[in-house]
Amino acid sequence: MNRYSRHIVLSEIGPEGQKKLSTASVMVVGAGGLGCPALQYLVAAGVGTIGIIDHDLVEESNLQRQILFGTSSLGTNKAMSAKKRLADLNPTITINAYPIQLQAQNALDILSGYDIILDGTDNFETRYLINDAALLLDKPVVFGAIYKFEGQVSVFNYKGGPSYRCLFATPPAGSSVANCSEVGVLGVLPGIIGCMQANEVIKMILGMADVLSGKLLCYDARSASTNFISIARNEDRIKQVFDERDIFLQNHSGSNYSCEPVEISVEDALKMEDVQFIDIREPGELPFIQLPECIQIPLGSLEQSISEINSEKNIVTFCRSGIRSKKAVSLLIENNITNCYSLKGGALALEPAIKSLIK
Amino acid sequence: MSTNIKYFGLLAEITSCREESLGNSPSTVNELLELLFEKYPDLKEKDFRVAIDQQLVTEDTQITGGEIALLPPFSGG
Repeated sequence: MNRYSRHIVLSEIGPEGQKKLSTASVMVVGAGGLGCPALQYLVAAGVGTIGIIDHDLVEESNLQRQILFGTSSLGTNKAMSAKKRLADLNPTITINAYPIQLQAQNALDILSGYDIILDGTDNFETRYLINDAALLLDKPVVFGAIYKFEGQVSVFNYKGGPSYRCLFATPPAGSSVANCSEVGVLGVLPGIIGCMQANEVIKMILGMADVLSGKLLCYDARSASTNFISIARNEDRIKQVFDERDIFLQNHSGSNYSCEPVEISVEDALKMEDVQFIDIREPGELPFIQLPECIQIPLGSLEQSISEINSEKNIVTFCRSGIRSKKAVSLLIENNITNCYSLKGGALALEPAIKSLIK
Repeated sequence: MSTNIKYFGLLAEITSCREESLGNSPSTVNELLELLFEKYPDLKEKDFRVAIDQQLVTEDTQITGGEIALLPPFSGG
């Protein structure tokens, strides 16, 4: 394909390598400073299936470094907004957006569907969750983390290599480390580190040698200097993760994604493109809502009616006041329809907004 | 023999330098940490790993020269 001609002409990639990319799947956890650049290159490279999980909304202070988003994305979910931009960049691949938080309860389910996990999160809790879930699932993690002008990159759990716990056994105490929102970060830094992560992902998919496993790359943007620190596998720490597997699995409730559904305001929902509203109230419930892109499926029959829902659209469920619609969103996500929101305030908030639009 | 130390991330903010040379030459990592904690009491509150010549070491490791680095975990993304 012409799209990938500059890859295919490389003897190290060729048509076989490009095919490997097109059949690979990568989950990017966090569509923030690291996730945005990594996603752009993975999508452009033609990685066949990309997952994006992020429950956060785009804020103005993100735009300095989270380059998939623009002013028009403010207030929208990052995973969904990223998917929209990336689908234009490369419509030939599959992109699954999960507008939810990765948690112990859903991590194994969600991550198990992907070959490689890219850690672009911004907190230790999720980093250790990803590391442990990846160990249990025997999947490699491309780790990236930043602090002001400095970044760290490594590949963990790759072909018997060390894990993040072999480097730092446990998360630091709460006050020990601050995040970007508190301390600031040079905008271009996550761009560099996120691209390094994407590079390691592509090397692994292509089966190239010298994957950044067993060493930590420390980059300093001020001096453009890199330091490599060797990391040895610590069997005791890895064994401990497997020993505590039952605790992890207890938190993990079968196939249910027990996660907080993402809510959307009436204002944002009415502005959204490619939207499908689902009125999940029982027939006859008031106020009556008439919208062109609205179908009626009562909550009780939603699960049987999944096939009627176009999963390519942004789904907004609503009930009377916005409580039952959260259940509907959880149900849809369990059924692999991830692009969905619960309408805040429900039909009671929607009715006056529609009336003022008609005026 | 002097000991050359590199500080990464927020550790460099505590020490107010990214690199320095210690006049004394501690014989173990433990001794080194005692010296540093005395000089920079705030370091005690921080989590970090010590590397000598790009290899992670433990507190009882002997120091026989080489470049020392103090690495904190980063969480940002």
